Amino acid sequence: MSTWKVACLIAVKDLRVERRSKIVTNQVLPFAGITMVSFAFALDKQNVLDTVAPGLIWLATTFSLLILVQRSFSIETDDGALDAMRVAGIDARAIFLGKAMALAVQLLVLEILLLFAAVVFYGESIQSSGAQGPVLAVVLLVTTLVSATCGLAAVGTLYGGLAAGFKGSETLLPLLTLPAVAPVLIGATKAVESAVGTAGAVVSEGWQWVGLLAVFAVAFGIGGALAFGPLIDE
Amino acid sequence: MMSPAPSPSSATVDGPVIALDDVVAVLGQFPALAGASLTVERGEIVLLRGPNGAGKTTLLRLCAGLLPVERGTATILGFDLSTQRELVRPHVGLLGHQNGLYLDLSVRENVNFWGRTVGASTDEIHAAMARMGVAERLADIPCRKLSAGQKRRTSLACLVARRAQVWLLDEPHAGLDATGRDELDATLAQAAGSGATILVASHELERAGNLATRSVEVIAGQVTALGDRK
Repeated sequence: MSTWKVACLIAVKDLRVERRSKIVTNQVLPFAGITMVSFAFALDKQNVLDTVAPGLIWLATTFSLLILVQRSFSIETDDGALDAMRVAGIDARAIFLGKAMALAVQLLVLEILLLFAAVVFYGESIQSSGAQGPVLAVVLLVTTLVSATCGLAAVGTLYGGLAAGFKGSETLLPLLTLPAVAPVLIGATKAVESAVGTAGAVVSEGWQWVGLLAVFAVAFGIGGALAFGPLIDE
Repeated sequence: MMSPAPSPSSATVDGPVIALDDVVAVLGQFPALAGASLTVERGEIVLLRGPNGAGKTTLLRLCAGLLPVERGTATILGFDLSTQRELVRPHVGLLGHQNGLYLDLSVRENVNFWGRTVGASTDEIHAAMARMGVAERLADIPCRKLSAGQKRRTSLACLVARRAQVWLLDEPHAGLDATGRDELDATLAQAAGSGATILVASHELERAGNLATRSVEVIAGQVTALGDRK
């Protein structure tokens, strides 16, 4: 079996486990929603919310990422399945890619719902200046979501695999992950600000941040695939 | 892309499945195996007995390709454990205190997943489940709801589905009731009859001894009594 086929098997298996257990729908999504509502209560001024809404979306995504990653690796360690994969000689790159793909799908769904929540709770809307304004803004928004999601999924899987082998992985994971995803938090926030026109930002300003997100995703994707084997072996 | 795991050469298939000669393996600074020698032929069930800390689990982990060989020579299915550990792993199954199952997935989904990782067909996967007695009423039950014995049999079905030829079992009877133990013994005897080579580390000397074709003693990291074949 090729690495890619095994990665797809692992991704499908992870998504199937989540569909069965309903942890994402019953716990992660409500958690993300509550976080968004809490921000709205804490920053109870429309002009403040207008300014910080893109950052709040990505902050809520980052917090939810931690729960998703914990969950993704707890299904592997509950009954020793990660060890079994290691013993079975399954290519570590396939494990990394498969788990990252499943995580990315879940994150993408979460981000779309959080954007919807931002429209409802914070009154956000897409940039509409210029003849092609809305179209370009939507393209920027979609590209940002995809590239940021890939970066978050790669970092989450890499550090999730590392933390899974340690006692106290619940507390270790945020310590490792949050500093590493800071560039995604900054880049994705800036890009979304450009897409929704926060504080006069224009769509063209967002592409440089998308570039940063893409470089980050590629770097952690390749680096993670190469490093994952030695990390879980240790 | 990963290439398929090479098969052992025909010359080595005819030889012993496990061949350890004066093997030393280290855990941290501690030599957990200190010159262990053991030869196991295809279809044998060998019981490893000995006190806690004697090196039984280390021996199993070494045979699974999880520990480096510090000294001596060790081959599994003709693969040299010093240089070809990655090639040994696809042919070996290690079943320890955990079963390696996805508890939210059904028996069928678990066996299917492990079988598909080596390209097993649907028929092959069903045959693996049938061989371990989990193909009928248990097939669609989530593993979380199975008894300990049923989980163990599902785990063994996963080993069969992914075509493991060498089974390394660490205390396989632990946590099973009398019925579960009987079922497991029957399953292992049947697997060995079909060509699987099985190494069992156990403190259940009477039960595992009845099952095994040979019993060897591991003390202080050495195989001290090689035992006679039944």
